[in-house]
Amino acid sequence: MAASDQLTGPWYARITGAIHRNLTSLIVGIPFFWLLLFFLVPFFIVLKLSFAESIIASPPFTSLLDWSKGGFPEIAINTENYLYLIEDDLYTKTFLNSLKIASICTIICLLIGYPMAYGIVRTQGTWRYIFLLLIILPFWTSFLLRVYAWMGILADQGTVNDILLYLGLIDKPIKLLYKPIAVYIGIVYTYLPFMILPLYANMEKLDSSLREAAMDLGANPVSTFFTVTLPMTLPGIIAGSLLVFIPATGEFVVPDLLGGGNVLMIGRLLSSEFNANHDWPVASAIAVVLLIVLVVPMMLYHKVQAAEASN
Amino acid sequence: MNVQASSDGESQVDYTHSPWLDPSATPFIQIKNINKQFGAFTAVNDVSLDIYKGELFALLGGSGCGKTTLLRMLAGFETPTSGSIIIDGVDMNGIPPYERPVNMMFQSYALFPHMSVHKNIAYGLKREGVAKAERTQRTNEILEMVELEEFAKRKPHQLSGGQRQRVALARALIKRPKVLLLDEPLAALDKRLREQTQFELMNIQEKLGITFVVVTHDQEEAMTLATRIAVMDKGDFEQIGTPAQIYENPRSRFIASFIGSANLLDCAVTKRDGDFYSVSQPGVDQPIVVEYDGELAVGANVTLAVRPEKIHVEKRSVANSSVAQGSNQLNGVVKEMAYLGRLSTYHIVTDSGVLIEVTSPNQSRYRDGNHPIDWDDEVTISFAPQSAVLLTE
Repeated sequence: MAASDQLTGPWYARITGAIHRNLTSLIVGIPFFWLLLFFLVPFFIVLKLSFAESIIASPPFTSLLDWSKGGFPEIAINTENYLYLIEDDLYTKTFLNSLKIASICTIICLLIGYPMAYGIVRTQGTWRYIFLLLIILPFWTSFLLRVYAWMGILADQGTVNDILLYLGLIDKPIKLLYKPIAVYIGIVYTYLPFMILPLYANMEKLDSSLREAAMDLGANPVSTFFTVTLPMTLPGIIAGSLLVFIPATGEFVVPDLLGGGNVLMIGRLLSSEFNANHDWPVASAIAVVLLIVLVVPMMLYHKVQAAEASN
Repeated sequence: MNVQASSDGESQVDYTHSPWLDPSATPFIQIKNINKQFGAFTAVNDVSLDIYKGELFALLGGSGCGKTTLLRMLAGFETPTSGSIIIDGVDMNGIPPYERPVNMMFQSYALFPHMSVHKNIAYGLKREGVAKAERTQRTNEILEMVELEEFAKRKPHQLSGGQRQRVALARALIKRPKVLLLDEPLAALDKRLREQTQFELMNIQEKLGITFVVVTHDQEEAMTLATRIAVMDKGDFEQIGTPAQIYENPRSRFIASFIGSANLLDCAVTKRDGDFYSVSQPGVDQPIVVEYDGELAVGANVTLAVRPEKIHVEKRSVANSSVAQGSNQLNGVVKEMAYLGRLSTYHIVTDSGVLIEVTSPNQSRYRDGNHPIDWDDEVTISFAPQSAVLLTE
C-alpha cells in the first residue's frame, strides 16, 4: 500500500509536468489541426479534381488512379483543364476583370475608409464607440439579405431612381442594376468595414505627439499627413486592402445578384462551371488558379509584416 | 541676484545676467493674462509672465497644475481662451505651430519611428526648404554637438534612452528657434544620466544663447537648470524668482514645503524689536526670534518656516559651549535618525512636543562606524534669527 502511494505521487506529477510542458504546443496544435482538416484537406481534394477528366457519371470525374492494368495503379494526370483555361480567352478575361473590379473596389474602400477611420479615432468619448458600432452593425443582418436590399435600391423603380426622378434630375429611370456600377457599389458596400477596422486599430495606436512634433518642426497639415501619418498607417492600409481585395476577387453573390449576366467575375464563372456545366474538373482548375493568384499578394503582405516585425 | 555694493553705498545690478531686474529691458516672451478653460475646468487661470532673451526659465509644479498647458500654448498646440502671447514682439494669436519661431522637445521625445536619426533631425530643415547640401551639413554639425555622429543611420528604436533624448534635442535645435520649449526633458532618464544631462543642457543653452522654457515637476531639476523658476499650482503662479529667492524667501507655506523641505510651525507674534520679531506657538512659553523685514502686528498669526539644514544639532552635553550668541535654542530628543552618507537626517521632538526635522552634513569620518548622535540622545538644536522666515500665506 505504502509503496503504491509513493508511486502515484511522482507518476501524477510526471503527467502534470508533461501537460504543462506541452500546453503551449497543445494550444498552437489545435488551430493547426483545424487548418489541416478544413483547409488543406479540401484543397487537396480540389487539386486532385482539377487534374481529373470530366465524364458523365456520378461522381462526374475520373479517378487519378487507374487500376485497370492490374497490379500497380497508374497515375493519370490530366492537364487539359488548365490548358483549357488558357486556350479559351473567356477565363483569362474573367480573371483580369475580377482583378480589375477587386482593385478598383479596394482603392474606393481605401479612399472612403481612411478618412472614416481617421475621423472615428479623432472622435472623443462615447461617440467613438457609437461610430464603431455603426461600422459593425451591418454584420447583424444576413449578407444575402443586404444584397437583395441593394437590388431594391438600384432597380429601375428603385429608391435611387425614385429620388432622382422626384428631384427632376432625370426624366426616365437610369439603368443601374445589372450594370458594372451595381457590382462596384455592392462590393464597396460589403467590404468597407474590412477596410475601416484594421485602419482604426492601426490609427488608434498612433501617438498624437508625432503629428504635433511634425507641425512643431514646420510641417503644415498636408505635409504632416504625407510625411508622418500616412507612413505610420501603412501597415493598416496594407492589412485593410488585403482583407478587401482577396475576398472581392472571388466574390460570387454580388456579381450574381447585382451584376446579372453582364459582369464577368471569376466566382460566378466558377459557380456556373460547377452547377450548370457539371464540369467539376474545370471548376476545380479555376479554383486552384484563383488561389494561386490570391496567394501572391498574401505572401507579399507576409513579407512586409516580417520586415516590420524585424524592425 | 548678482547685486554688488558700489563705492557710494548704493547697490548696482548686473543686468546682463539678470535682465528681469532691468526696468528698461524688453521681455522676449510676454504672457499676458492667459486663461485656458477645458470645458468647466480652468487649466490656466489668468497668468502673466515676462521671460527675457537667453533665459533658461522653468515652469515647476505638480501634475495638473497647468504648466504643460501653458507650454503647449506657447508652442501653439492649444489656443488660449483669453489673453495673448507675444514672442519677440509678434503676437502669436492665430499663428499655427508650424509658423511659430519656437521648437519643442517632447516629453516622450516623439521621434519619428520610421525615419533614421539623420532624417529625424533634418526633418525641420527639409520642411523649411533648405537645400540638401546645407541640410546634410547642418545635420552633421548638430549630430557632432550631441555626439551621435556614428548613430546617424540608426532608427530611434535602436538607440538608448539617453541617445534618444539627444536626438530629440538636436531635432528641436536644428532650426535655431528663438525659443526652445522642453517638456520634462529629463524625466525618462535614470538618475545618473539625468544629472549628467542637466549640465549638458545648460552648456548647450549657454553656447547657443537660445531662450529655453522648461516644464518640470522635479524641483531639483528646476533649481539646477533654471535662471528663474515659476512655481505653479492650480493654474496659477505661486511664486516667480531665481532658485535662491524661491528657496530662501518662500512666499507661502505651499512654496516652502514644495521646494525642498521645511519645518512649518503655526505661531503668533508676541513682541517686536525693530526687524526682530518674537513668535511663539500656542501653549509654548519659549519665544523664537526671527529677523523679518515686513510689517507684522503683535498678535498676528504667522507660519514660522525653517529649513532642516539651517538648524544646528549638538548633543546636549557639548551644546552649551558651541551654540552661537543670539541663536534660538531648543532642547529635544532624537526620535528618528537616517544616515544618508554625506548627511544625516534627524527627527527631533522638542521638550514642548514639536517635531523638528534637522539635516546635518557628516563632516568628519566616523571611523568606528558609530554615529555621534543616535536614537534617544538628548540634543540641543539651534538656529539664527536670520535662518528662519515668517510666512503670512
